[in-house]
Amino acid sequence: MKYVDEFRDPRLARKLLANIRARSTQSVRFMEFCGGHTHAIFRHGLRQMLPPTVELRSGPGCPVCVTANSGLDRAIALAELPDVILVTFGDMLKVPGSHGSLQTAKAEGADVRIVYSALDALQIAREHPERAVIFLGIGFETTAPTVAATILQAEAGGLDNFYVLSLHKLTPPATCAILDAGEVRLSGVIGPGHVTVVIGSQAWEFLPRDYSIPCAVAGFEPLDILRAVSALVEMVKDDRPAVVNAYSRSVRPEGNRVALGIMQRVFEVGEADWRGLGRVPASGLVLRPEYARFDAALAFPVDPGPTREHKGCRCGDVLRGTVEPPGCLLFRSVCTPAHPIGPCMVSAEGACAAWYRYGGANV
Amino acid sequence: MSDKILLAHGSGGQLSHELMERLFLRHFDNPILARLDDAAVLEARGRRQETGYVHLASCILHPESGAKLAFTTDSYVVSPLFFPGGDIGKLAVCGTINDLATSGATPLYLSAGFILEEGLELADLERVVASMATTAQAAGVQIVTGDTKVVDRGKADRLFINTAGVGVVPVGVELGGDQARPGDAVILSGTVGDHGMTIMSQREGLRFDSPLVSDCAPLHGLVAAMLGALSPLPGGEGSGVRALHCLRDPTRGGLATTLNEVAGKSGVGIEIEEQAIPVRDAVRAACELLGLDPLYVANEGKLVAFVAPAVADVVLATMRTHEYGREAAIIGRVTAEHAGRVALRTPLGARRILDMLVGEQLPRIC
Repeated sequence: MKYVDEFRDPRLARKLLANIRARSTQSVRFMEFCGGHTHAIFRHGLRQMLPPTVELRSGPGCPVCVTANSGLDRAIALAELPDVILVTFGDMLKVPGSHGSLQTAKAEGADVRIVYSALDALQIAREHPERAVIFLGIGFETTAPTVAATILQAEAGGLDNFYVLSLHKLTPPATCAILDAGEVRLSGVIGPGHVTVVIGSQAWEFLPRDYSIPCAVAGFEPLDILRAVSALVEMVKDDRPAVVNAYSRSVRPEGNRVALGIMQRVFEVGEADWRGLGRVPASGLVLRPEYARFDAALAFPVDPGPTREHKGCRCGDVLRGTVEPPGCLLFRSVCTPAHPIGPCMVSAEGACAAWYRYGGANV
Repeated sequence: MSDKILLAHGSGGQLSHELMERLFLRHFDNPILARLDDAAVLEARGRRQETGYVHLASCILHPESGAKLAFTTDSYVVSPLFFPGGDIGKLAVCGTINDLATSGATPLYLSAGFILEEGLELADLERVVASMATTAQAAGVQIVTGDTKVVDRGKADRLFINTAGVGVVPVGVELGGDQARPGDAVILSGTVGDHGMTIMSQREGLRFDSPLVSDCAPLHGLVAAMLGALSPLPGGEGSGVRALHCLRDPTRGGLATTLNEVAGKSGVGIEIEEQAIPVRDAVRAACELLGLDPLYVANEGKLVAFVAPAVADVVLATMRTHEYGREAAIIGRVTAEHAGRVALRTPLGARRILDMLVGEQLPRIC
């Protein structure tokens, strides 16, 4: 298949791996920020192909996983309101909140619907003018512009029954939070490809400048990831940290100005609650006052009560990269994809799900 | 287990298995059901003159023939009712034929139960019924009993169908999910993911250069050809057919789930070569777009065969001469190692676990 097979070519992969092996002399640890990368790394078995000197560590880049219980509980409480249709991406359905999940709320009668695009939620709102349609807005800079565009369309179409619960988050502040905490030593960062399509590779310049570590922005095919790892190994070896764009077929230095413009028109930066990182200033997106009438949090002031975390669940630590999933006592024993305790086991992009599903680094 | 039924309980994956084992099997406990094969295979036992009791199977079979009765049922709730390559009626007939065929049975008689939603267009119902009749006739089976119920508008989604089927398993054929043995070749009859992605693309309004078409097809002819190739001597005892250990049709949960079921029930490991699994470009493209893995996507006209290594080439060659097996390929082998698990070798040469489907990839695809 065009645009996929070229980036899965085993012969080229072996060449890149040989180069990584030849150049990698010191032990390094690179964090792949993005859950999509984590999934691809395990699906293609890349960890076991790398030399023992190169360690990959999963980061906080799974939008479902980083959604804190406070946000999730609010979404469930909204779904349980009469005459509300809560519309969400499928992955959110099974994530356990403090007292239940959207899936269990759905089984108990809440009208929860799955869509692939925020625009589908708009269609549902048009079809049900008598009900309030709330779109659960999760995700990073990748999805936020599409939600912003949806709100603009709702405004243009004069829809007065469409709302968004914005739990959107920004990736650079989360990366800073992890590096500032200093709990996990990182030699470099594999930059999130899809996010960087929007924000541009320039957005990662702070990594070499402020933290003296390199960043290689990667796509999601095996060769993309290996090329990024190879670039990081080279930069560490030469002690010349910089930002390398290893996904140039999609990513430009300045990003997607149209998407950024739409996002900034509808949202402004505010603090956000992250699972694992807690409340991080200037790391979330809230609706600007001009668009406040679309804000589900304002239109439906529900009180979901105090949040509760499962005592043994270490999703927070997994998201900060301080432990790998098998380091959690619940992993595989109590917490499985069929009966997940924490979100990292639920989401297809979650590190625990990837470890569980693909059997970790060795089979 | 959650105290409410979730959509994932119907996905064919892990929660479906839990429901089966923890609820249905607990109440309906008997050794025939406990085998959890696609069809129940019933032995014709008990002689009229000795016991005065005629076993169900004996009604159809001569008790001394050595042949056995296969019996199966399945329900169909696919949405949309009509899709490229088929419709709910064709699916209902083929699905039940395939459950019989993968038990090694020659399908004979089907039942058809309809649950109709008030307001369903009569023309749509007739289209479905005509399609069932055509499919059954072409497959040489008869629909001999049926039932119709109508429920209030909103209590069903237009039309649901239940079919049951009976067939006869010839002497010497001993197929079962627990019969795969170390050394067996794993043969797949063709491309995977066609049916599931056809339904998905219909729902999502996706269009591709080469259109997606469901693989919905009756497989008993293919199975008969495979068995025929293994028992070449007319009137022979059929020892050759014993080299065919297990047949499965990878429907809900896809190929990956089927392989895991067999690995678990047979207590063996399975090694699969990812590159050997045929997937159509349009299916791959649709899967990439929607973030799905074709190995977990449903098929309705494919089977996986576990055969003794000595006859693998003969079986493969035979399958390739049949219209529903032209793209058949050996995709892996059975091993004594890592019992109960399926390992996949990626094109890059790495090995990883190929796990059973958890949750649902696609709701209501069959």
